[in-house]
Amino acid sequence: MSDVSQPAAHPPVTDWVHDFDHTDPQWTEDPFPIWDELRAASPVVHTNRFLGCYLPTTYDAIREIANDTEHFSSRRIIVRDVRKEIAKNAAPPITSDPPMHKPAKQLLLPPFTPDAMKKLEPRVRAICNELIDDFIADRQVDAAARYTKHIPVRAIAHMLGIPESDSDLFVNWIHMILELGIKDESMLLQAVHEMSAYFSAHIEARKNKPTDDLISYLMNARDKEGNPLEDSHVLGSLRLLLIAGIDTTWSAIGSSLWHLAKTPVDRERLVAEPGLIPTAVEELLRAYSPVTMAREVVGETMISGCPVKPGNMVLLSFPAANRDPKMFPDADKVVIDRRENRHAAFGLGIHRCVGSNLARMEMQVALEEWLKRIPDFRLDPAGAVTWSQGTVRGPRQLPFLLGKAM
Amino acid sequence: MTERLRVHVDPDKCQGHARCKALAPELFDLDEYGNAHEAGDGTVPPGLEDKAWLAKSNCPEIAIDVIEE
Repeated sequence: MSDVSQPAAHPPVTDWVHDFDHTDPQWTEDPFPIWDELRAASPVVHTNRFLGCYLPTTYDAIREIANDTEHFSSRRIIVRDVRKEIAKNAAPPITSDPPMHKPAKQLLLPPFTPDAMKKLEPRVRAICNELIDDFIADRQVDAAARYTKHIPVRAIAHMLGIPESDSDLFVNWIHMILELGIKDESMLLQAVHEMSAYFSAHIEARKNKPTDDLISYLMNARDKEGNPLEDSHVLGSLRLLLIAGIDTTWSAIGSSLWHLAKTPVDRERLVAEPGLIPTAVEELLRAYSPVTMAREVVGETMISGCPVKPGNMVLLSFPAANRDPKMFPDADKVVIDRRENRHAAFGLGIHRCVGSNLARMEMQVALEEWLKRIPDFRLDPAGAVTWSQGTVRGPRQLPFLLGKAM
Repeated sequence: MTERLRVHVDPDKCQGHARCKALAPELFDLDEYGNAHEAGDGTVPPGLEDKAWLAKSNCPEIAIDVIEE
């Protein structure tokens, strides 16, 4: 590809309503007041950055776009400085539109049902405890580096049938694709290339010696006509599972622990009432939704009374939808026993996250095991919490002090 | 006499979030893709009315109806 761009410096944002930028440090650090400001201004705002991009700000506008696959395509799902050519089989089904979407999605769904996740749960519980064993004797820990980061990647590696010890490779590729890749095309291409080579080798090995894992499952899958999937489709779906399955849940577990570290009343309640953890997980997913998706406008239409024109991207901020006070009473508060919670953390419409049952199980298990063994912890005032930039938001450094405060 | 409730999942709206199955496992079942449908004919046994309303109010796709009969 000839249009490999250099990393571009983005000028700081001074006018959020007309010039928003989800890679601005202010957004990374604390996006919530920005969303409130934009929502008060309009249900849909626009920026000329990223070659033109809309941001719907209300739950209703976001739901409308998620359900309108006629005017909004998923062929591009990350808002970047550049728009590279659209690759065939980029990462189906997340990058697929109807009518290609449904068969690609149905292929991936059976391995991720709640029942399938129950079988994986003991392994995830063991992973959590192995990680905790490594640092529980210390008085302090970076929970992002030592705990949250490793749980989803090891679980998905286990499902795919690739060595859990390759985890660091995967984490690095994801970082290059989802964060550095927004502004530096060459990083993105390098990571995709390395990842494809890695999985191609695993696919080749299974052609002679099939295994009982997700890679073999995809290779054995047949379409309606009884034909196997093209290698590029298998590769695209594997890429998707790795990219979508790691950063996202890592972020969700991290934000949850961050909240509990700074909110003793919620932490003590969950320690005393572990049965409330599944309900709390839903609320933490709502309040700190990690994933912002994107669409490309492919037909002119109106969204919540605002005109939307082709040629622009749409930053589909499910996290902002989940903070809309019209939809959620006390939207800016974490209410860990919230009973009615139609949050959109896993998206809405046909692109509902394939891994939502996996993510929920990982979050519940990660919180249960942590709270069982480390009921007392707090933010380390000597350290700094840092947040990832861009499409997936969660803590990347999470310095905690363990044990009761002296 | 209290009224009887029946739940129904609109299969065109359900996207398989599976919140109903988590909150009211007695009232909903999932197919092999994880998409939900009402258990049996959807009749809500006495004592499970709260769970029926809870499932409805937590469905992100607004796919669940609770019908008062």
